[in-house]
Amino acid sequence: MKRIHYRSVFLLLMTAAAVLLLVNICVGSVNISPGEVFGVLGGGGENAVHRDIVLRIRFPRALAAAVLGGALALSGYLLQTFFHNPIAGPFILGISSGAKLTVALTMVAAFKMVRQPGSGLLIGAAFVGAMISMGFVVVMSGMVDRMSMLIVSGIMIGYICSAVTDFVVAFAEDADIVNLHNWSKGSFSGIGWEQVAAMTGVILTASCGVFFLSKPIRAYQLGESYAENLGVNIRWFRVVLVVLSSILSACVTAFAGPVSFVGIAVPQLVKYLLGTARPMLMIPACFLGGSVFCLFCDLLSRMLLAPAELSISTVTAVFGAPVVIVVLLRQKKGRAGER
Amino acid sequence: MREEGSFFYTENLIVGYEGVPLIRDIALEMKRGEILTLIGPNGSGKTTVLRSLIRQLALVGGTVYLDGKDLAIQSGRDLARRLSIVLTDRIRPELMTCKEVVETGRYPYTGNFGRLSEADRRIVREAMTMVHVEELAEEDFAAISDGQRQRVMLARALSQEPELIVLDEPTSFLDIRHKLEFLSVLQELSRKRSLSVILSLHELDLAERISDKVVCIRKDRVDRFGTPEEIFVPGYIAKLYQISTGSGQEYQGMPELPRAEGKPEVFVLAGNGSGAATYRSLQRQRIPFATGILWKNDQDYPVAQMLAVDVVAEPAFCRVKEESVKRAMRWIESCGQVICTLKPESGGDFYPELGELLAFGRRFNLVFR
Repeated sequence: MKRIHYRSVFLLLMTAAAVLLLVNICVGSVNISPGEVFGVLGGGGENAVHRDIVLRIRFPRALAAAVLGGALALSGYLLQTFFHNPIAGPFILGISSGAKLTVALTMVAAFKMVRQPGSGLLIGAAFVGAMISMGFVVVMSGMVDRMSMLIVSGIMIGYICSAVTDFVVAFAEDADIVNLHNWSKGSFSGIGWEQVAAMTGVILTASCGVFFLSKPIRAYQLGESYAENLGVNIRWFRVVLVVLSSILSACVTAFAGPVSFVGIAVPQLVKYLLGTARPMLMIPACFLGGSVFCLFCDLLSRMLLAPAELSISTVTAVFGAPVVIVVLLRQKKGRAGER
Repeated sequence: MREEGSFFYTENLIVGYEGVPLIRDIALEMKRGEILTLIGPNGSGKTTVLRSLIRQLALVGGTVYLDGKDLAIQSGRDLARRLSIVLTDRIRPELMTCKEVVETGRYPYTGNFGRLSEADRRIVREAMTMVHVEELAEEDFAAISDGQRQRVMLARALSQEPELIVLDEPTSFLDIRHKLEFLSVLQELSRKRSLSVILSLHELDLAERISDKVVCIRKDRVDRFGTPEEIFVPGYIAKLYQISTGSGQEYQGMPELPRAEGKPEVFVLAGNGSGAATYRSLQRQRIPFATGILWKNDQDYPVAQMLAVDVVAEPAFCRVKEESVKRAMRWIESCGQVICTLKPESGGDFYPELGELLAFGRRFNLVFR
């Protein structure tokens, strides 16, 4: 019974991801029929312009949205596990903003040397920034025992980093500003194949790593003491968790800038869809859910004000923030019921 | 000092936080299949000791041995197969059924992805049956009562198939029936499966009944360690808990509130266990009273001793002395009020004086209760 339910959830998510991937490729300022898209992907395609649009712009962008969305959701899931806090996420804890700051610094420095920074460099820079913010948050979490305080301190870190980033961007060369400005607001536009290959490699590796953690994550759901008694090496586990979630969110920030609410909202939605918190199911489902969510939001960000584009966070916030509010309300209710 | 064949023991153990000693010279030992109970006032450090024994708090000094091996150097997995715990931490896993909570106990036995074999599932079922929570299997763990949750956590610990189980105040959230049921499960496991049990308890009466060994912890030291017969001696528990206001039939862990002092206003004709409820009712109303005639082996006697201003009593199995009857009558006269908790005919062959006292009491204000 349950097994059938899980399977249908996965089927639903996979179908949604596939359909949205196709729609994202078809729809835009020029609409291209699905048949033609398949033709292009199959190596054919008579219309050279359409061919270019599909292969050089829309397809890599859609793939990036899918992969980065999955990474964000998974990163959020790990952070929620780590902090035992349902509204933790890379954006709200300031980890995305930390990555954004170091990436902006790297970009500005690279532009000064008249050179486009490579994917590896950006991921590296983002990872450093993510780890620094994460370090702050972890230290803070040791000092404050209320989870709301943790979130507040994360948001503060985020604001500080964003302010410094804006400052840095303001000093960049005029020609680069447009580019940097778009990126620093969050967008999947302008992602090419080389970047897709780099991010996919890193993210899939990290995600496999996460999947291998599903057993200790299960034990950790009972709290640290029980996990330790069950033989989980807590210190090691926490380090791995932090590093993996930082890699995942750093990748996203390196290529798409900060993207809000996906990390919080998607794991929550997926959990209620599945009706279980079993990590073995949650981890792949979160990844798929993140893909679906970001593909959908990217589609809207391109279509709503076409030909202008909305920043991706504008759209993800509209759908993600209500989820967070619902989660907070449920929590309060749950607690009131316990007493 | 240490007996041969100790399964679990400590040597020069010092526990505390961050290297600062809190309790020194802890020497505990138990054989396989024994039940060792920690008692002591709130804040005395029971939890600190327990957390140190299960390796969740770094030792300040000394060594803990489990089955002859230093606990500190065993691998996490090895230890997990020998030692399981039930803590006071309130866990709130989301969307986990009780069965899933119990299944986590199989963690040290499963492979990389934690898949359960048929044998694992059987052990989980057995553990749940043992503590009578099988009907909760599919319930959401967050939605059941505290008492049920505690039993599910015990089932979880049992599914780990430990040799030693450590429980921190496991009975705190349970009602009296479930307290007894919970402890009887532990006792059965210790006797039938040689499971060793270390637990902390607040209920002294239960501690006396269930324990093979008792550790008394008081502020900065292990005050006493021994069998219940050695620990629960008159006067000691009051000292351990520094009870001064009330008095206690404390060795049975049944403390009474302080007696109402003053000139007795009521004389209670009681005996054969019939008086205790009336004594306590008078105590609640703060009415000083005297009572008699009790034999010292009567169940009423210890309660009367704690709550009555004066008790007219006879040694066990001795005839009532003329002098005692006179003393009782003097109290009846001076109180002018008599409550009789005995039936008039219950004096029988051995206590004909009851009739005499009742006849005397009728001249004043006599009520039966």
